[in-house]
Parts: sequence; C-alpha cells; structure tokens
Amino acid sequence: MAAKGRIVWVSGPAVKADGMSDAKMYETVVVGNSKLVGEVIRLTGDVAFIQVYESTSGLKPGEPVVGTGNPLSVLLGPGIIGQIYDGIQRPLKELSKASGSFIGRGITTTPVDMIKKYHFVPTISNGDNVAAGNVIGTVQETDLIVHSIMVPPDHLGGKISNMVSEGDYNLETVLATTEKDGEKIPLKMYHRWPVRKPRPYQNRYDPTVPLLTGQRVIDTFFPIAKGGTGSIPGAFGTGKTVTLHQIAKWADSQVVVYIGCGERGNEMTEVLVEFPHLKDPRSGKPLMDRTVLVANTSNMPVAAREASIYTGVTIAEYYRDMGYDVVLVADSTSRWAESLREMSGRLEEMPAEEGYPSYLASRLAEFYERAGRVRAVGSPDRDGSVTLVGAVSPSGGDFTEPVTTHTMRFIKTFWALDAKLAYSRHYPSINWMNSYSGYLGDIAKWWGENINSDWLSLRSEAYGVLQREDTLKEIVRLLGPEALPDEEKLILEVARMLKIGLLQQNSFDDVDTYCSPQKQYKLLKLLVEFYRRGQQALKEGALLADIRAMPIVTTLLKARMDIKDNEISKLDQLDIDMKEQFKSIIGVKVTN
Amino acid sequence: MTAKGGVQYSKIAEIKGPLVVVDDVENAAFDELVEIETKEGERRLGKVLEVGNGKAIVQVFEGTTGLSISGTSAKFVGKLMEMPVSKEVLGRVFDGLGRPKDGLPDPIADKFIDINGEPMNPEQREYPKDFIQTGVSVIDGMITLVRGQKLPIFSGSGMSHNILAAQIARQANVVGTKDDFAVVFAAIGVQYSEAEYFRRSLEESGALKRSVLFLNTADDPAIERIITPRVALTVAEYLAFDLGMHVLVILTDMTNYAEALREISAAREEVPGRKGYPGYLYTDLSTIYERAGKLNGRKGSVTQVPILSMPSDDITHPIPDLTGYITEGQIVLGRDLFRQGVYPPINILMSLSRLMKDGIGAGSTREDHSEISNQVYDAYSRAQEVRALAGIVGKAGLTDIDLKYMDVGDVFEKEFLTQATDENRTIEETLTILWKIVSKLPKNEITKIKDKYVDQYYQEN
Repeated sequence: MAAKGRIVWVSGPAVKADGMSDAKMYETVVVGNSKLVGEVIRLTGDVAFIQVYESTSGLKPGEPVVGTGNPLSVLLGPGIIGQIYDGIQRPLKELSKASGSFIGRGITTTPVDMIKKYHFVPTISNGDNVAAGNVIGTVQETDLIVHSIMVPPDHLGGKISNMVSEGDYNLETVLATTEKDGEKIPLKMYHRWPVRKPRPYQNRYDPTVPLLTGQRVIDTFFPIAKGGTGSIPGAFGTGKTVTLHQIAKWADSQVVVYIGCGERGNEMTEVLVEFPHLKDPRSGKPLMDRTVLVANTSNMPVAAREASIYTGVTIAEYYRDMGYDVVLVADSTSRWAESLREMSGRLEEMPAEEGYPSYLASRLAEFYERAGRVRAVGSPDRDGSVTLVGAVSPSGGDFTEPVTTHTMRFIKTFWALDAKLAYSRHYPSINWMNSYSGYLGDIAKWWGENINSDWLSLRSEAYGVLQREDTLKEIVRLLGPEALPDEEKLILEVARMLKIGLLQQNSFDDVDTYCSPQKQYKLLKLLVEFYRRGQQALKEGALLADIRAMPIVTTLLKARMDIKDNEISKLDQLDIDMKEQFKSIIGVKVTN
Repeated sequence: MTAKGGVQYSKIAEIKGPLVVVDDVENAAFDELVEIETKEGERRLGKVLEVGNGKAIVQVFEGTTGLSISGTSAKFVGKLMEMPVSKEVLGRVFDGLGRPKDGLPDPIADKFIDINGEPMNPEQREYPKDFIQTGVSVIDGMITLVRGQKLPIFSGSGMSHNILAAQIARQANVVGTKDDFAVVFAAIGVQYSEAEYFRRSLEESGALKRSVLFLNTADDPAIERIITPRVALTVAEYLAFDLGMHVLVILTDMTNYAEALREISAAREEVPGRKGYPGYLYTDLSTIYERAGKLNGRKGSVTQVPILSMPSDDITHPIPDLTGYITEGQIVLGRDLFRQGVYPPINILMSLSRLMKDGIGAGSTREDHSEISNQVYDAYSRAQEVRALAGIVGKAGLTDIDLKYMDVGDVFEKEFLTQATDENRTIEETLTILWKIVSKLPKNEITKIKDKYVDQYYQEN
C-alpha cells in the first residue's frame, strides 16, 4: 500500500509531509504537483521527512506526496556505458530533450533505452537450474564491453524454461522464465537494485595486482591495487581534478565510473568532449566505450549529490559482477559530506565536528568498504574488482578537517596534494613526503614477475634520496648550499632530477600523459644508476660541477617527454651514453 | 485573511534581523515573492525561505528597519522573483533589485525570467576554448582567460582590483572576431566611488551603451545583495543565450554577498559552518558562479570575473576558499607586489587558469605558448627561492646559475608583469617578452620546452 500524504512544510531541499504512516525509511516518493523525486529520511508519527532531489522552488504546503513503495534504486542492464546520468540515474541527454539547455524538474525518463535491441547469445538452455548471480547469456554492449546478463543477486533461482534463442531483443523482452516451488519469475536483460545496499559476492581476495594508471608518481611511488581504496585530498588549484581525469583516462581497468559530485559543470563537459576522441592505450578504442558518468554539478540540487555516490558505486559493482575491473572516481567526497551536513542541519540533528553529522565516519566507511576484488556470486566463475578513488576538498587546504581525517581511516593509499608544489607548477602536485601507499608490499610481487625483480629496491633507493633531500633542504635554508659536502650536493642534484624527470608529469603533453610500466621502470633505473655512478665518480675524484654539466643530465630530464612508449629501447642507449660521460669526467681528473 | 487567487494578505507575527515571520499563511510557496506593506504604505520586497504549519519565514531584501508588527501586511504575489528583460536593458542602470536607477522608466519587457535561473545541463554545455585577449600580458600569457570561463580576482582591501577589472572590461576581445559583446556590471555593497569608477571607465571607452549596471552600494540595504548578482546574471544569460551576445560579467565584491548570506543564516539560527558562514555557502556560491558558460547550438557566452576581497589577505578564509573550489582558476593579487608599486600586482604562482590549456596553442595563440608559460612559472618560482636564499647567505653566496634566476625574477616583474593601465599588448608581444625572460637562462636549464621551440624562439645573448 503506497503512502499518500500532504506537504506541511518546505525549506530548501527538505520537505515534511503528514499522512505518511505507510511510508518506509529510504522509500522513494513523488513530491508535489510537479512530481519531484524525493526520498524519506526520517519518520516521526505520520510525518515523513523527505529530501527532494530537485529544486523545490514554488512548492506549497498542501500539495500531495505519494510513495512508490520502492527504495531508491538503479536500473542495471545494457546501455549504461557511455551515458551521463544525474545523481538519481536520469540520463542528462534525455533531460535536455525534455527541458532544453537547462535542467527542468519533474521529468521522468528511463535510465537506458528500453526499445534498443541487443544481440543476445544465450549461454544456458531450457531445463538448466540457475541460482542467483548465474549468467544466462551475453550481449555486446559497446566495442569494449561484453555485457553478461545475470540472474539478479536477490533472485530465488530455479529451473529455466521458455529460453529464447540467439537473436536481437530489447530490454523488455522476457528472455526466459525461472520456476521454483511453483513460482514463475520472468528474466529480462535488466533488473533493479537498491543503491544503498551493497551487491553480494562470494568471497574477497587480497589486493595483489596493481592498478596501473600510467602516472609515475602513483604507479612507481604510491601505487594502488585493483580492488583497493585511495584518496586524493588537496586545496583548490592543486590539480585534484586533472589527476582524477588522468586516472579515469589511463587506468588499466575495463570500466570507469566517474562521479562529478558537486563539482564544476565544465569538468563534466570536458570528459564528455574529450573521452570519445581519446583512445584506450591497450585496446585502441574510444575511452567513452568504457566510461559511465554520474554528474551532480555544484549548482544541481544538493540532495541528489548524496545519492550520486551510491548510484555510481552500485553501477560499478554491477560491472564487477560480470568479471570486470572497475575504477570508480568520486570528485569530490567533501561535497557529498557537505550534502549530508546540510540535510542533517535541516533535520536539526546534534552536530559533531564542524557541523558534520556524527554518522559521517560510518557513512564514509560504508562507502569505501564497497571496494574490493571479489569472486562474483553464481556461475560461471567471475573475478572482478571495484577500486574506489575519492577526492577530498579540505576547507582551506587543512588536512585536519573532519572529512580528510575520517577518510584517512578507511583508505590505504593517500595522495596528498600540496599547494606549494602546485604553485611552483610541479604537477601532479603529490607530496612525496606526506603521501603513502599500503599496497606496496602486496603488489611488489607483480612488478617482480612482470617487469623486473629489482623494482622494489630501486624504488626504495630513489625514495631514500628524496627523504635525504628533505632533511638537507633544512640545512640549505639556513646555511646555503655551499655548506654541504659534494656527496650531499649530489643528493640534492639527484633529487632535483627525480622530481623533474620522474615525479613531474605533464598531462597535457601527448607523450608524457601516459607512461607504461616498462618506461617507468627504465626511467627509475636510469636515475638510480645516475646516483650510483655519481657517488662512485665523486669517490674517484670527479668534480660535482662536471657531473652537473654532463649533457646526459638534460637528456634524462627530458626523456619522459622525448621518448615515446613504443621506442623505450632508446632509454637503453641513454644508459650507455651516461656510462661514457661519467668515464670521461673521471678521465679528466686523471689526466690532470 | 484568506487566500484569494494565489494572492494573500497576512499578519506579521515576528520580526528578527532581516526576517519576518508571517502567520495564518495558507497558500504560500517556497521561494515565492512577497510584498511587505507598512501602515504608511511603503512597500518592500522579500521571498519565502521556509513555509509550513501556517507560518512563512520571509527574508526582506530592503531590511526590516522601521517595520512594525502592527499595521504591516505581507502579500504573497503568487510567483517567483522575476526580472523583466529585453534588448533595451543595454545602457541602463538598475538598483540591486533590478529596478531602474537612472530616472528612466522600466524597460519594456520582452519576457520575465526567474532570477534564480536553472542549472545548465552539463551535457548541453559547450566546452569553453576561445582565447580572450585582455591585453594584459600576465593574464594572456600565464593565466589565460577564455570565453565562458569564471575566473575571479582574489584581492585585498585597497589593492588595484577595480583598475584591473576595468582594464579587462575595456580591452577584452577575441582576436579576429567582430562578435556582439556586452558588459554586465554588478556592484555588491561596494563604495559609491568604486561603482562610479567603473561607470566612468565604461563611458570613456564608449562601452557604456553596451553595458548594463546593477548598483548596490555600501549604503544600500545589505540583504538586497543576495539578489544583485542573480538579477545581473539573469540579464547576462538573456543577452548571451537569447540574443547571442558575448557577455562579460563583473561582480564586485562577492565578500559582501557572502556576509549578507551569513546575516540571514544567523537570523534563522542555523548551525554555522566555518567562521559563522552557513554550511551551504559552497552550494549557494555555486548557483552564482556556475551560471557562466557556453551552450551547444547557441551563439553567445557568459564569462564571469567576480572580484572578492580576502579578509586579512587570507586565501584560506571560507569565501576565497570555497570560491576557488568552484571557479575555473583564480587571479591572486599580492600585497608585496602592490606595495612595490607593481601594476597589475598579480602573484602568478598562486594564480591559475584551469581552462588555459584548451584556449592556447596553435590555432589560437601559438604552438609554444603552453611550454613557454610552464617554463616561466618554473623559473619564476626558482627565482623566489633564490631570493629567499640570498636573504640569508647574501648575494655572494649564490652560484652563477642562481644569479641568472634572480635576473629572471627581475625581468619578469619589471618588463612582463608591469604595464600601464591603458597599455593593450597583443599576444605576440606577450610571448616575445616571455621568451626574453627564458633566454636569460642557459639552454640546459630549459627542461619544459621541446628543442624545436627552443631552436626557433630562444634569443641568444
């Protein structure tokens, strides 16, 4: 029995309605004469407190509120990839057909095209017994994505009958019927799933495979694993969005879900304009063929911002269940937390730190726990992963504020963006002293097996140089660089080379924007070799000024831009050149 | 009293700060426009902030000074606040609520538009990439502005932000086009003299007839400031998207706007966020700033240059902080440069244009633009480090290369940054000076520019 009530109070996105005793918590409701979408977030007697996902301007007490009986859900089926949705899975393209360039209200659409036909290839037959999660067939969704049609995870299972043969069908076609204990349930290409409920899986694996992003400071220094969690906090202007766009572009996952949560409209437009033209470096197909966007820009209704995170992660889990590696990028979780704060304030809840509700930490934990590399429910066996990367926009760039501190408790990779680095145009401005990765040990094996066994030790040696430089900088600040012995000046020089030649990466340079793990390894190796040979040369009496003046220095600094991924054997030549040049400066000394 | 065709008169129950609470309300809508009438027949405007259980909380734009509980009535107009617009608004001066202030009658409306606007559908936006030449070297070369961008000026009290904004308004054009342009200027709680400076500057350049001015000066009601940027942007959107004009919107000073918002929040006894500003300050500011942009299939554009003064020059203060998270970059004025008499006193290291990368390069400015500006950023930041070091160890303790970087810093500030308020440099001139700066360095220090550009543009000494 759907609840039917009347509005008694309106204030911004918050509405109270009475006569709602039949309403359930988190039920979706239709609010007012203009049929706005809302969700019940508190029940007191017969009064329901509703957050409305659309602008409430013009809404009046006395207008009707009708329950739908269902929790906020997403539709899961072919046609999701390549879409741009609002926070509650309405396709923005369809909204523009209904209301033009600006977003109107009360528009109902379906999340995907229900009429479009897909070529369905059944993988089971009549008489087979299926259980929840079993794959019954596949359709080709985009060039890159084979979409498995699965029995919904909350389905009873049963014996298959009326299975259609291979052919073209739309989403509403009944593909088969299951029967169990006399109950017949039709199976279609899609099902719905409530966004606040994580989709089930059989078991979780340890995250041991790196998610390669093509960004050197991430992959080489602070890696994230498939199924892992990462957070990227930074003040404005430090390059959060560019870094997240880079991850969305180049990560070696098969599906990317990008949530623009309370951010700039033009940033979503940029993805929409750019991604169809960018080619996935592995498949050569347009990136849009693997990307789903969820956009609740900063000026769109604030309540839908809260929902957008859940909408996105549920879609990510759905593709994970097909056996894909999915990356979900949420920019920015701070805006999501602020939408919680705003609703909490209107509910007149007792605030915790900085006005945020006391359940902020548990909501963040619930969200990040939806990451993981898992064995999906049902047969055949499918292993997939959801990697969660969330941006945090700390107010005033202060990492001690509640969203950053709580997030740090639930993630394992922390990429701390630094305004000082950004001001000096060191991009990505990930501060190597404040960042960390909890996956280094887990994924070292992968690098050892696939790239080279000395990867971890090279990385440690390079990182050691950066750490030494950090302490030496203090001395330089007080006494000037001339106070240091040559061995320590060499450290400063190598640190500078590591920063410019390895840590910095120009996302807008065609060559530098993506760096393969092989190239990353070779650049790292070259720079570490430079350090080792430099130390040796100093011992043998070479002058630091001569080391600095070697032409190889500039070559190494520019190698990241000058040498393309398909010509990395050129880097081996640099090693030979370097050796020669070191030899020659030691030689100079000897002849003297 | 009872409702009458969506229109209703009611009694005032309470007056607190800028708010009045109206009783016996039966048919009011959230956000609805309200006319308050005093016993003496004086009318003020307001809007509904909260409605329910027979009460409505109304925010009075002109303030509540002089209102009394007895004899004052509220009329719910039955519509949201709208701004009448037509081509005739060009050349006119309005007050902070959009009423004529130049003694002329109301412009004949082509249509009435809800001043809150609606969010642009990101799917329908056109990504901004048309380079605007402002003639100010540091902006064109290092913090490039493009059509449809929102690029604020972060300033401090007393600094030359108004002179800079006026110079941008006078000189801004897209090279090689003769498109229709307009300037919308909204003064939000600024001194009369500042608003007047702008008006005169537009008049002298002959741009006044292509401008629309909205003036809420410091002595005008504070709560009106909530409305001023919204009416201005409503007109800007109309000019841009209905009439196809390229509109530059200057909003000054957004700090006064945020303070008006805080006043209302405090009167409503809301749980405050940082420094007493409401928790929804970010969302609220975004409903202003996000109204910049371009739309698919429409000719015009709205470019915003909001100005805000940072209280105590603190960039982490909530107003500049939240603004920076919404806008596509920021132009930060530096107190040190200002004290040295540098104009424009722009601190480039803290400044940024997020849309620069798409507005520059071959076809719009020049193919080497991105790399040369990166190199100059890098060099200038090194120059600052060297200066700091020289302060400790003295010039004698510096290496030769350090001294070259000091030279870079000096040339940058004296020849590139510094320019006259009426000096309009072309992008070619700007890039030539940038190369002059980089050419102070030996070639092996140039790590951010491809060799072919170095070969082509490096100026041998």
